[in-house]
Amino acid sequence: MSTKIPIGEKVLMKGNEAMGEAAVQAGCRAYYGYPITPQNELTAYMSKRMVEEGRVFIQTESEIAAINMCFGSAAVGERCMTSSSSPGISLKQEGISYMASAELPVFYVNVNRGGPGLGNISPAQSDYFQSTRGGGHGDYRVIVFGPTNVQELYDFTMLGFDLADKYRTPTMILADGILGQMMEPLVLHEYKPIPDLPSKADWRLGDPATKDPILITSLVLNVPGMEKRNFDLFKKYETIVANETRYEEVDTDADIVIVAYGTAARIARSAMDTAREQGIKVGLFRPITLWPFPMEALGKLADKVEHMLVVELSLGQMAEDVRLATGCRTKVHMHGRTAGGLPEQADIVEALKKCLATKGDEVVRNY
Amino acid sequence: MNQVFARPEAMKEAKTLYCPGCGHGIAHRLVSELVDEFGLRERAIGIAPVGCSVFADLYWNFDVISAAHGRAAAVATGMSRANPDCFVISYQGDGDLAAIGTAETVHAANRGENFVTIFINNAIYGMTGGQMAPTTLIGQRATTCQDGRDPSIAGYPIRVCELLQSLRGVAYLARTSVDSPKNVIKTKKAMKKAFELARDKRGYALVEILSPCPTNWGMTPPQAMAWLKENMLDYYPLGVFKDITAEENN
Repeated sequence: MSTKIPIGEKVLMKGNEAMGEAAVQAGCRAYYGYPITPQNELTAYMSKRMVEEGRVFIQTESEIAAINMCFGSAAVGERCMTSSSSPGISLKQEGISYMASAELPVFYVNVNRGGPGLGNISPAQSDYFQSTRGGGHGDYRVIVFGPTNVQELYDFTMLGFDLADKYRTPTMILADGILGQMMEPLVLHEYKPIPDLPSKADWRLGDPATKDPILITSLVLNVPGMEKRNFDLFKKYETIVANETRYEEVDTDADIVIVAYGTAARIARSAMDTAREQGIKVGLFRPITLWPFPMEALGKLADKVEHMLVVELSLGQMAEDVRLATGCRTKVHMHGRTAGGLPEQADIVEALKKCLATKGDEVVRNY
Repeated sequence: MNQVFARPEAMKEAKTLYCPGCGHGIAHRLVSELVDEFGLRERAIGIAPVGCSVFADLYWNFDVISAAHGRAAAVATGMSRANPDCFVISYQGDGDLAAIGTAETVHAANRGENFVTIFINNAIYGMTGGQMAPTTLIGQRATTCQDGRDPSIAGYPIRVCELLQSLRGVAYLARTSVDSPKNVIKTKKAMKKAFELARDKRGYALVEILSPCPTNWGMTPPQAMAWLKENMLDYYPLGVFKDITAEENN
C-alpha cells in the first residue's frame, strides 16, 4: 500500500526521513545506498518510497558502487541521490571527484558521525574540511548546505537537486547524527523547481534525439585541455559564489558574535538568549551554505565586531574559514567539541565572558 | 562493383592507436557490427574502462562514458536502471573486472543487471605497462612478478566465467578467443547471444574474450597468437558456461 504524504501540511518527521521524502518530491529517479549509522532511516525510507513510486532503489554492495551508480544515472540525465555517514562518504570521494570533473549533477547527504577512523555513531561536524574542500582528489568544490533543523533538511534537499542540475555539479547536505535522528515538526512544502533549470538534452547519454555521439569523461591527457577544464570549473564556481552564498544573521550589532552552523548553531542560539539576559551583547552569524562560505558578509561584520566566537562540533575546522574571511580585523576565538561531545549552553556563556575579557592578541581556544 | 566489406556505421573512421597484434581492435569492431545489426546505435552507451580501451570513444560511433577503474558494472547499473531504454555495453579488461572491480562485477551479475559485459582477458595490465593481472598465468612473467607468477605469493589466475557460473542472476556466460578467424566468428556469435539477452532484459550477460597483448607479453604478434593458443586455452577452456535460453529449451 502506498504511503500517504500530506503535502502542504505540518507533520512530525525524523530528519533522515524528511530528506528522503524531499528527494521523492523533487523527482529523484534513482537512489543508491549502503547501510551505515546514523543515516539508516534514510535508506530504509527510500527502499519503500522509491519502489512504490516505480523508481529505482538499490541497496548496493558498497558506498563506492552507490556513487558510481549515481555517476551512471546522472550521465543518462536522471536525478539521482546517495547518502551515507562519514566513513562511507570517504569511500564515495573518488566518484564525487569524477562527477565534479565530468560535470554530472548528483545530490548526496553526509550524516556526520564521530571520527577519524571508524570513530563512533555520535553527532559531529568534523567532516567540514572534507565537505568544503571538495573531498576527493583534484581541483574542485561541491555546494554544501549546513541545515540547522528538519525543515531545512527537507527544503535544502529540494534545492540541492535543483542547484546540482543548474550548475551540473555535485551538491550535498552536511548534517549530523542529531539532525538525522531527531523528530521535529516541519511543513511538507510542495516541490517547486527554481526558475530556468537547464535542459539535459544536449549532453545526456543514450538519447536517440542527439545526432553526434556524446562522450562523458574526466580524462583529459593533454595539459592545456585539462587545465582549461579546471579553469572552466572555477569560472562556474565563481558564479556559484556570487549567486548561491546563504547565511543568517541574528542581532549582529553586538560586542561579540557567535559563528556556528547546523546543530551547533541551535545550541549557540539558546546560549545567546541566556547571555543576553545576563547583559552580554552577543549576536549569531550562521553560515547556511558552507561552500560557498559567506566570506564577504563575515568580512564586513569583522569591521564592526571586535570578537567572534566559533562554536563547532569539530576542533577548529570552520574556524579557519572564519579567520580567512575576517583577516586580522577581529579576534577569532573558538569553542570546539568533537566525537559526540556537545557544548553546554553554560559553557558557551562562560566562553563569551572569557572572550570579552581577553587583552591584546590573546584569544580563547577551548578544546 | 559490389561492396562486400565495409566499416560499420557504429565505428568511426579513425587510425588505431592500439599496438600491432592487439586484440582490442577485433573486439571493438565486433561490438560495432552488433550495434549496427541490432539497430542500437542511437541508444547504445559504451563504457570505456581504465586500461588501454579507455579511448574506445575514438573508435565507437555511439555514446561513450569513461568509468573509474573497476566501477564499470556500477556505472552500467546506474545507466540501465535509470533509463531502461538505453543499451549499455560494459567493456572491461581483466584488472578492471576481476581485480579492482570484483565486487561490482559479482553483485551486478547477482542482481541480473540488464547490460552486456565484454571482458577482455589478456592476462596482463596493458596501459600501465605489463603488471601482473588477476588472470596472469602461473609462471607468466610480468613487471610485478619478474620471475613468473608464483601462486604462493600471488595466488592463482581467476577463471571469471567459472566464478560467476553459480549466480542466479546470470543469463549468459561464454569464453571465446580471437586467436583465429574461426574463433573470431565464434566470439561474434557469443556476443550476439549476449546482446539478445540484454536487449530482452533477461539478466547479466558476459563474454570473456581471450586476447593477445604482444607488447606487454614481450612478443611479436605471431608469437603472441601462438602463446595464447599454447598457454591460455588450456587454463581458460572455451565454451558456453551458462545460457538460460538453452536451459529453457531442455
